[in-house]
Amino acid sequence: MLSLAIEAAFAMMTLALLLNLWRVVRGPDLPDRILALDTMYINSIALIVLYGVQQKSEFYFEAALLIAVMGFVGTVAVVKYLLRGDIVE
Amino acid sequence: MKGFSWLPHPYLSLMLLVIWLLLVNTTAPGHIVLGTLLAILVPRYTTTFWSDPPRKVRLLPLLRYTLVLIGDIIVANVQVAILILGPASRLRPAFVHYPLTLQSEFAITLLASTISLTPGTVTADVSADGKGLLLHALDLEDEEALIHHIRERYELPLKEIFEC
Amino acid sequence: MIEILVSFFLLVGAAFALIGSWGLVHLPDFYLRLHGPTKATTLGVGGMIIGSVIYFSSHGETLSLHELLVTLFLFITAPVSAHMLAKAALHLQLRSEERTRNRNDV
Repeated sequence: MLSLAIEAAFAMMTLALLLNLWRVVRGPDLPDRILALDTMYINSIALIVLYGVQQKSEFYFEAALLIAVMGFVGTVAVVKYLLRGDIVE
Repeated sequence: MKGFSWLPHPYLSLMLLVIWLLLVNTTAPGHIVLGTLLAILVPRYTTTFWSDPPRKVRLLPLLRYTLVLIGDIIVANVQVAILILGPASRLRPAFVHYPLTLQSEFAITLLASTISLTPGTVTADVSADGKGLLLHALDLEDEEALIHHIRERYELPLKEIFEC
Repeated sequence: MIEILVSFFLLVGAAFALIGSWGLVHLPDFYLRLHGPTKATTLGVGGMIIGSVIYFSSHGETLSLHELLVTLFLFITAPVSAHMLAKAALHLQLRSEERTRNRNDV
C-alpha cells in the first residue's frame, strides 16, 4: 500500500518537475524562468523527502533543508540582480 | 520584556532555541545547553540587523492567529487548486490597492506574507511611504469585500498582537 | 492504519505540487502564474513532510519533528520570493492580461 503510494507520488512529482522545466525553457521573460526554477527546487525537496521515506532513512532530511536554504538565497540573489543590476550593494 | 541588555530579543532567542532542538532532533540536556548558548549569543551579535523589533507580543492572540492562518491556508489552497484546474478564461484577475493601518514594519511584513499565503492574493509591492500594499488577486469578485475581509481577519488581529 | 495515513498525506501533497506546477504552465500571464507555486506547491511539500513526520515518528522510538523545519522555512520564504518576483515583474513592466482590473494604475 505505502510503496504503491510512494511510486505514484514519485510519478506525480516527476511530471511536476517536467512541467516546470517546460516553463524554464519556454519563458517568455526572465521572472517566469526564475519562478519556474524556484518551483523546481521546492519540488525537488518533495522528491528528496519521498526518497527518504522510501529508503527508510532520515539522513536525506539534511539535504532537503540545505536545498531549501540555498534555493531561497539563489532566488533572492537573481531577483535582486534583476531589480538593481547588482547583488551586493 | 525589554531591559535585559544581555538578552536584547527574548522572542528571537526562544525561537532559536526551539529551532536548534528541532534541527538536532533531540532534547538531550547537552543540546539544550548548547542551544541556549546560541540563543543568547546569536541575537547579541546580529542586533544591528533588527532595526524595529516588536516591543510586546501577546501570545494568546498570536496562537489564535496562527491556528486561523493554518486553517485558511488549507481552505485557500483547495480553492486555488480548483481555480487553476478550471479554464483560465473564467478567472477575473485584478490589482488591488490595500490601504494599511498598521505602522510597525515587522507587523506589515507579517501581514504581507499572510496575504501571499491565503486565498488567491499575492502581495506585489509596498508603496514608498509604507501606507499601502499592492495586491494581485487571482479571481476577484468585489474589491471592497476583499479589503474588508483582510482588514477584519488579519490586520486587526495583528494589531492586537503587537499593540500598535 | 498509519500506512494509510502516510500514503494519504504523501499523495495529497504530490497532488497539490502537481497542480501548482500545472498552474505555472497553463495560466496566461506572469502575475497569475505566481499564484500556483507560492501556494499550491508550498502546501504540497508541507503535506508530504507531514506524511514523512508521521512515518518516521511511528517507526523510530521517538517523535521525529525535524522535517517540520523544512516546512516552516518554506512557509516563511515562499511569500518573500513571491513578493520579490512580483516586484521584479512590475519593474520590468511585464505584460498582464487585458482583463486585469486596475492594470493601468500600478
